[in-house]
Amino acid sequence: MEPLLIEGTAKTPTVKFDAKEGVVEIKGRSIPENSIEFYKPLVEWLEKYGESPLALTQVNVQLEYFNTSSSKCILDVFKKLEMIHKGPNEVIINWHYEEDDEDMLEAGEDYESIIRVPFKMIEIVD
Amino acid sequence: MTFDVNEYYSKLNGDDVLIAYKGNVTSELISNVLEVVEARMDDYSEDSKIRKKVYNVLVESLQNLYHHIDALPPELQKEFDEKFGILVVSRIKDQYRISTGNFVEQEKVAQLKNKIDKINSMSKDELKDMYKFILNHQRLSEKGGGGLGLVDIARKTGNPLSYKFHQYNDDFSFFNLDVFIDYKA
Repeated sequence: MEPLLIEGTAKTPTVKFDAKEGVVEIKGRSIPENSIEFYKPLVEWLEKYGESPLALTQVNVQLEYFNTSSSKCILDVFKKLEMIHKGPNEVIINWHYEEDDEDMLEAGEDYESIIRVPFKMIEIVD
Repeated sequence: MTFDVNEYYSKLNGDDVLIAYKGNVTSELISNVLEVVEARMDDYSEDSKIRKKVYNVLVESLQNLYHHIDALPPELQKEFDEKFGILVVSRIKDQYRISTGNFVEQEKVAQLKNKIDKINSMSKDELKDMYKFILNHQRLSEKGGGGLGLVDIARKTGNPLSYKFHQYNDDFSFFNLDVFIDYKA
């Protein structure tokens, strides 16, 4: 399965989904006015990956900013991962936040309470 | 006397202003405003925690405008752009203030007012629950709006949303929203 690679912009994150490594990464800023279009290929890729995932899928989310339009699409991404985790395979979501960014930590905790996948909160220290 | 947009704008534009804008609210405009405000906060050597909060809240405020601006009263359509809005970001004593303004159709006023009053009456935990409920149960509109913007702003600032509806005529009101972010503990 081909990896999904998207270069980041001022309003959209860098995406690196790699089926061979079982690594799913979203990094940077996610603040487009309409996020549906941007996240559609991500959700579709995960749907396909879910047909034969690795035993362990590591998810790294490291967002500096995300808007409320993106927050729903990120939930859709996590719901796909939840489907994979429901099967015999494991998924871990590593939620990165900068050390003083309580809002970003809280956002991660919101997702953790909705999605049945283990989360690891990782503080980034300068 | 009817409400005067230009007079209102110049009154706002008097404090320590990071950016003041009136005109078409487009995706490009939003990018430009964010860039300017980020650079201006660097000038103030603002704490990164505050900087992030202001940036986040500004994104939501601008995108709220972008998604919800109604058509203009017909007699103003020559003077102003189609997606006309006002934005003023200022640094006042102890707080950043993000003021936005746009025309709304009279029939939408009551609903918007009820929504804001409800948000303002909620505790931090209630806002968190409301945010999670909308996140999990409401679909995005075609334009990408999710009905979460105001709840998110209230949650992040911890301050009430201050608003006014200035009646313009029988069909339109001018909606002004002031959002405050504390920068001193």
